[in-house]
Amino acid sequence: MNINYEKKDKLLIVEITEEIDHHVVEKIRRKVDDGITRYMPRKTIFDFSRVSFMDSAGIGMIIGRYKMMKLIGGSLEIVNISSTVKRILEMSGINKIIPLEGKREVV
Amino acid sequence: MYDNEMKLEFLSKSSNEAFARITVAAFASQLDPTIEELADIKTAVSEAVTNSIIHGYENMEGIIKIKGRIIKNTVELEISDTGKGIENVELARKPLYTTKANLERSGMGFTIMESFMDEVEIDSVFGLGTKVIMRKKIKKHIEDLNEILSVGGVC
Repeated sequence: MNINYEKKDKLLIVEITEEIDHHVVEKIRRKVDDGITRYMPRKTIFDFSRVSFMDSAGIGMIIGRYKMMKLIGGSLEIVNISSTVKRILEMSGINKIIPLEGKREVV
Repeated sequence: MYDNEMKLEFLSKSSNEAFARITVAAFASQLDPTIEELADIKTAVSEAVTNSIIHGYENMEGIIKIKGRIIKNTVELEISDTGKGIENVELARKPLYTTKANLERSGMGFTIMESFMDEVEIDSVFGLGTKVIMRKKIKKHIEDLNEILSVGGVC
């Protein structure tokens, strides 16, 4: 995974490059939380363009980061999401609180 | 008796979650499933195996077994552990119910298994372990196409 902070817009961009399951969420959680507390971004954006698989462990991880962003008065967004991953997020109802439709150019 | 069968045994380490779902997907591929059907199976396996690791063995070392069967065009998977078992299966099946909210678990595991597979049976004895049996029928794409063509021919 890659984490970048765009200072100008106060965006924390998190590009996840692996399958999201219980095994990897701990690492993602640690790195993203570290980024959030360090930069206090206005928005955290998860770029899912390279995520081909996600199970319910990802739902818990995303809700956790959503709560954290809310706590500091920011927001969270997920972009470039595949239809398979979207199905799981919709099942959890996450789509009602977090925008999933967005696209973003991958630099 | 069965058209095909396989057995898999591995330690309850989280690094084996990917191994389990990829291996089962390779086995199920014999039925020529769509990418979506394969993703459904992978996700259901990942959920069941993760449950065994987190809830069954509570992150202690144990053995997880997977038996896979192909019966005609149905994949049947039996995922079992000899961990602590589920006290209340009915409650565990409920969406959003989790005993491990502190670990940011979403409580969606069984709900996902149930919506991605055709049938899910949970056989659990508190203190002895849990066995999850799941079945999914893979649509026969080529034969379906032939049927459509033959019907078309009659007309």
